[in-house]
Amino acid sequence: MNPPGTYAWFARHEMRLFWRDWVGLLSAGRSKPIRGLVIAAVVFFGIMHLLAYAIIAPLAESPIVPDKKTLLIVTGGLFLSVTTMVSHAMDSVTRSFYARGDLDLILSSPAPPNRVFAVRMLAITLATMVLTLVIAGPFINALAVLDSAVWLGAYATIIALGAGSTALAIVMTIGLFRVLGPKLTRIISQIVSAVIGAAFVIGVQVAAILSIGSYARLSFLGSETVVALAPEAASPIWWPARAVMGETAILAALLVGGGAVLALVIVMSAGNYGSHVIAASGIAFDEFKNRRPGRPFRAGSKKRALRRKEWMALRRDPWLMSESLMQILYLLPPALLLWLNFAESIGSLLILVPIMVMAGGQLGGGLAWLVISGEDAPDLIGSAPVSVGAIIAAKIEAVLAAVALVFAPLLVGLVLAAPKLAAVAALGIGISALSATMIQIWFRAQAKRTRFRSRQTSSRLATLAEALSSISWAGTAALAAMGTWLAVGAALFAAITLACAWAMSPSRSMASYMDP
Amino acid sequence: MNLQPPALEVTNLTKVFDKPAVEGLNLRIEAGEFYALLGPNGAGKTTTLKIVAGLLHPNAGTVKVFGIDALGDPIAAKQLIAWVPDEPMIYDKLTPLEYLEFVAGLWGMDAPRAEQRARELIEWLGLGPNAHDRCQGFSRGMRQKVALAGALVHDPRLLILDEPLTALDAGSARQVKEVLAERREGGVAVIMTTHILEVAERMAERIGVINKGRLIAEGTLEELRGQAGPVGDSLEDIFLHLVAEKSGTA
Repeated sequence: MNPPGTYAWFARHEMRLFWRDWVGLLSAGRSKPIRGLVIAAVVFFGIMHLLAYAIIAPLAESPIVPDKKTLLIVTGGLFLSVTTMVSHAMDSVTRSFYARGDLDLILSSPAPPNRVFAVRMLAITLATMVLTLVIAGPFINALAVLDSAVWLGAYATIIALGAGSTALAIVMTIGLFRVLGPKLTRIISQIVSAVIGAAFVIGVQVAAILSIGSYARLSFLGSETVVALAPEAASPIWWPARAVMGETAILAALLVGGGAVLALVIVMSAGNYGSHVIAASGIAFDEFKNRRPGRPFRAGSKKRALRRKEWMALRRDPWLMSESLMQILYLLPPALLLWLNFAESIGSLLILVPIMVMAGGQLGGGLAWLVISGEDAPDLIGSAPVSVGAIIAAKIEAVLAAVALVFAPLLVGLVLAAPKLAAVAALGIGISALSATMIQIWFRAQAKRTRFRSRQTSSRLATLAEALSSISWAGTAALAAMGTWLAVGAALFAAITLACAWAMSPSRSMASYMDP
Repeated sequence: MNLQPPALEVTNLTKVFDKPAVEGLNLRIEAGEFYALLGPNGAGKTTTLKIVAGLLHPNAGTVKVFGIDALGDPIAAKQLIAWVPDEPMIYDKLTPLEYLEFVAGLWGMDAPRAEQRARELIEWLGLGPNAHDRCQGFSRGMRQKVALAGALVHDPRLLILDEPLTALDAGSARQVKEVLAERREGGVAVIMTTHILEVAERMAERIGVINKGRLIAEGTLEELRGQAGPVGDSLEDIFLHLVAEKSGTA
């Protein structure tokens, strides 16, 4: 047994909380969660390995050599991992400053807060690495089996880069905290983290659109122009890629370097953790004060009052930015494609339609969860003299209007370039967002708005239905834009998906504000 | 002869979850009456009030609010009711004034009248300095006051209060008691659950004691004393005796 207050004691406490939280999230409160988790993990990794083998097999027909093209593609993959890890770590570090949880208890105890900080930062590092390894693992295994065992060095490389990424995320978050203060840091760090997370993918997409006029990222990275522009194979820029491909000296250097940087950053930052958390907690009182006094009450129907309330709550949600910004950022490349092809080629604009419809469904589902399951006062709404139908209608209208606001600029641009495509896209976005909203209504489970991030795990069936519905409507819209009757088949599939979701939902009634 | 329908008439109310929560409950509360519903934890008080507020469907029984069938025409009944639960249901992202504007909107109030009423309530409950602050940083007591203001802003004729004084300081509790008394004098019926028996003793005209989903005693304090026998003068003595007697532990 570790003595209370030591690093090991805190680590044990954190691990227990992390494990229970994780099991609770993944099992969605079911009994026998471990058995279910094991089965789910086996199925997931099985499918991922099949997918990885299918992708890697053609590439590994002849031995893979560390030439410039290979190093470029491996480096691209590593850079994608690093941006994702920095983004995830930055979001987690920010939340560790603001989420109260048990911090009030710990900070009011005589235990040194720097130990809590060190343990929490290490937990974030671990979670960040694990997330990346879970995705990359099947591809690394496929490369090791189909090409050479030296590719197993990728595991250690990701661990080294994960340590470095978390260190960078800690430095950036604390830097923002010191420069901007606790109030602004929460919002700015969410934006920075979302931008970093999406930057590489969007950057390569933008470069691909500008150079070869399409979305093809791999073709762009492996293109002769990019290979010719890349540094020589001996350049240090390829060291991480070389480590992945089995150069043990470089791999050892990366591991030592990554670990040392993380340790240094944690030691240097830990001393101020307590004061940062206390400063962050102060905004709970300061930031909500004296907001625009004096506006007279607005007249309107009961539904209008409900819609206004939903929009106000969404606008003021401190974490909504990080949850939705990434989806909106991914609309930038299509916007660029639209701008470049404006009034020139309708054909290349066709790709925008399914992307927008898919994004509309995803955004609609997220917002619908917030206004339906994340309703803060269900008893107040339930006891008001408003019919359940009117409540549901007002919430749907609030979601659709918010989605429309996000997509309006793109749709206006598309109307000017290709009105028919714009009409199909607008209809598709509306139907896709409405479908996702209906799924959220059928699978409504009252939860705190702060549980937004784990909404996918509360009902896997709802998540699957939402994804299938968005994909089906995106396919329908693409086929409709092409003018083929196959669109009817895709629409039928989407309708069947919705019907199945409705039939399998816990309550087939829309009267969800009764008998909670 | 009183031709006005009762503010609340509950007949043979039954609600079963995995086991019966309310069984054959009958209640009748007149307009302008203050009624306290007492009972130990899990007795069925909140379930009863939630059914009256339209938040739960009963398995059997009827609920009439000023003669309106609350199960047949819930919208018309809800128009007359305000419900304040023990956990204040307010929005962290809204200010008290915005919250009251929203509640007034839900009850379809005229905007200028609602604003005037809201500002009066905010001042009267001592929330004036925080009227434009978001409720996120509010203490439990302040949140309770905002919820209470929300219940009063649309001038309900039947006030349903579930433990309304729990988190309030002495001064605030007195303010709330004063406004409830004032509302009752204006013809508003009040039904309240509370564990603070002194409040029920002083404010309620009639008291109902519920245990295991059944009404085990009802009447004025004097009538309850008569039902309980020589167990002591205070409502606490009477309540504990009645509950223990019906549970077979007396």
